[in-house]
Amino acid sequence: MQYEEILHRCFRCGYCKLPGNYIDFNCPAYLAFCFETYSPGGRMWLLRAWLDKKIETTDRFQEILFSCVNCGNCVEQCTFPKFKDQLLLAFMAGKEELVNAGKVPPAVRDCLTNYQNHGNPYGFARKKRHGWAEDLEVDRFSEHEYLFFPGDVGSYDSRGQEICRSVARLLKANGISFGIFGADEVSDGNEVNAMGETELFKYLAEENIKTFNASQVKKIITLSPHAYNAIKNDYPRFGGQYQVFHYAQILAPIIKQQTYKSDAPPMRVTYHDSCYLGRHNGEYWSARTLLSSLPGIQLVEMDRNMQNALCCGGGGGNIFTDILGSGANNPTRTRVREAAETAAEVLAVACPLCAVMFEDAVKVERLDGRIEVKEISEIAAEIIDKAS
Amino acid sequence: MKKIVEKLVNIVGAEFVSDQPEERYIYSMDPGTMPPREPDFVVMPGNCEEVRQILIVANRDEIPVVPLGAGLVLSGLTRALKGGIILDMKRMNRILEVNETSRYAVVEAGTSQGMLQAYLKKHHPNLKHSAPDAPPVATIAGNVSIHGSGHLSHAAGFHSDMLNGLEVVLPTGEVARIGSCATSSYWFSRAPLPDLAGLFLGWAGTTGVITKLAIKLYPSYKYNDVGIFVTEEAQLIPDILHRMTGTQVAEDMTTWMAPKPDWAKGFLHCDINFGANTKDELIWKRNLIRASVQEYIDQKVAGFMPLPPAMKQPFLEVPARTLSRFADVRRGGGFEYVGAIMPVDLFPEAYKVGLEIADRLNVNYSLGSRIIGVNHCMMFFYAYAFNRADPADVERAQKALEETNRIVVDMGGIPWKAEAPAQKEIIRKMDPNMFDLMNRIRAVLDPKGIMNPGNWEED
Repeated sequence: MQYEEILHRCFRCGYCKLPGNYIDFNCPAYLAFCFETYSPGGRMWLLRAWLDKKIETTDRFQEILFSCVNCGNCVEQCTFPKFKDQLLLAFMAGKEELVNAGKVPPAVRDCLTNYQNHGNPYGFARKKRHGWAEDLEVDRFSEHEYLFFPGDVGSYDSRGQEICRSVARLLKANGISFGIFGADEVSDGNEVNAMGETELFKYLAEENIKTFNASQVKKIITLSPHAYNAIKNDYPRFGGQYQVFHYAQILAPIIKQQTYKSDAPPMRVTYHDSCYLGRHNGEYWSARTLLSSLPGIQLVEMDRNMQNALCCGGGGGNIFTDILGSGANNPTRTRVREAAETAAEVLAVACPLCAVMFEDAVKVERLDGRIEVKEISEIAAEIIDKAS
Repeated sequence: MKKIVEKLVNIVGAEFVSDQPEERYIYSMDPGTMPPREPDFVVMPGNCEEVRQILIVANRDEIPVVPLGAGLVLSGLTRALKGGIILDMKRMNRILEVNETSRYAVVEAGTSQGMLQAYLKKHHPNLKHSAPDAPPVATIAGNVSIHGSGHLSHAAGFHSDMLNGLEVVLPTGEVARIGSCATSSYWFSRAPLPDLAGLFLGWAGTTGVITKLAIKLYPSYKYNDVGIFVTEEAQLIPDILHRMTGTQVAEDMTTWMAPKPDWAKGFLHCDINFGANTKDELIWKRNLIRASVQEYIDQKVAGFMPLPPAMKQPFLEVPARTLSRFADVRRGGGFEYVGAIMPVDLFPEAYKVGLEIADRLNVNYSLGSRIIGVNHCMMFFYAYAFNRADPADVERAQKALEETNRIVVDMGGIPWKAEAPAQKEIIRKMDPNMFDLMNRIRAVLDPKGIMNPGNWEED
């Protein structure tokens, strides 16, 4: 197994379980299941034991490995320099071993099969991939400045589609030249990679790169931070070199330059950092800049923010596999409770996966009426429409 | 076994009970050198009533029970030496009360040092508790119950000295409150009642399960500073510490001696942490400490290390994040230490012994001490790093620890949170009547011997 030489070097000091301010557990799987086995250190030692044949490939072992949502909190908080950079890679390598052995949880198996057969995790037809854009006048990419890449959730999930349309409208309204590939693109594969199916990820990446390169794509705007991560950080090793932007990075400077006047009542907003924008790519400010450039927005921070943010629990494929389950301590429910504690009326997100995860959790936690999940372009559109 | 699982599931719910090989493996050891001992079950209670019901089942069926905080004791005290239940307390982590005026906090036993620290910073910024240098996931109850020490130990003693009261579940299932909380709704002190807290402090979990506790809080200063006093002469240290602690203005005093970094080799460093409400007060305290050791400075046998502000930061951090990195010295993820509680007079001998053992057994070492009270005693630590992937290296560290424990006892010190073999070394030197009294007390509290068996036992 790749990275097996580092597994024993984890001391299990436990900094990886916490955010930098220590306020509560911040590892999503550990928060949800509580057993030490689900902590990053427990997972490291279990992997070592599994390689040493002290542990069998049980269903529970599989669940423990796939409960990691790749949020990167452990990497952020680990106190061991250099070693920390390989933590997630070791977990992904462990998953890869299980994938190669064909021993993965059924939900993971089904999800990967959908990616394999349909190019998306839902198992929907590829030709429906541009369904989100049907009522919009969005061009097929040809000589546009940017390719707009909606990703799986933006393409197929009904809430994701709403967000995708909202972002596309705002891009258009601000004169951004962009086109899409629709049915000619496949999943960005970020979650496939996180689930350890590296060959399938390579296939998906190469399919997209073929399409992008054939049309001489140079710049890409992604809807999803997950796609942003894959295309920016992983595609180059398969020959896909592009300037990659998350839409917040495009919209924030434009909105900041404009002056809006509004009589609308102030809106108290707390912003949730997506792991793949924040911890994985160090992008903490674009969404905040966008929000604070809008009139009437009162931005308040949760106790866990920026590099200490608690993950929504949707990464690592968990939005599709639901390995973390729906218990009261799952990170999604915990996070919306934390958001509500700020007395914000809006939980703002810049990721369609986070939006889908949180909207369910708000209902489960019976916080409807107290806090609403909104994506940042929706907030911007709402305020700009009312402003003069 | 299946029936026991069913009973436990009925108490805490299926998601908080495991008899699976993965949990049994991970809970069989801690990060130190002690060999693994598998529990049969891992159970995570959510409240005192669940703990009570678990102990009733365990007592009736004679199942060993081992309470566990964060599992960071390093000396293997939370291994299930005779199988049974590991009682993982982390779900019981509520901060129940902070009394700002009387400066105490009441917390559940699974509350971590980090959680209380963060809670106080947010809600009571003028208060703090004495945090150990253990990682912040370490629990308050775990550290108090082993007589831990921390960043206010010079000012206020062992963490067990800072305990105001306890709620405990006895091995037979009764819930008892100890301290003022036994007769009042306030958890303000253990006096003036008979002090039964001692029945649960230093016993390595062999007398019952702590479910709640109150600890003293202290002023959190706006201005904080650290000085590092350095000498090459170990025999001067007891008097240096005596003089500096005599000023009673510092919160924490620690010493450290390590071969790395290179600039530190051969020197004995004494860190003095102090705080104040104003800059003037801080300068006044700094001057008092300096004046106390001016004689040594004038003789040029010791002096304060010049410390630019950026260099001070790691020494002011609580807990010190970098301490865990000692585990990577041999790129092997392991270290363990003997923490010897002993009089400060023994410092030069303790230091000499540490160097001699490390040199003879060729182990990477870090030595140091924390002053408890106004130089009343110290916790002298001998930390040895090891590579857990190399059994010979683990064995070498084990040997160094065993030898250190033995020498410490013979020197007149007492190993703190001692491993089961080291406990036997202590018993060897202990007044037989004290050990007999311990056994008689345990027989009353725990007639079936279910609580962490294998600890505080003779061969």
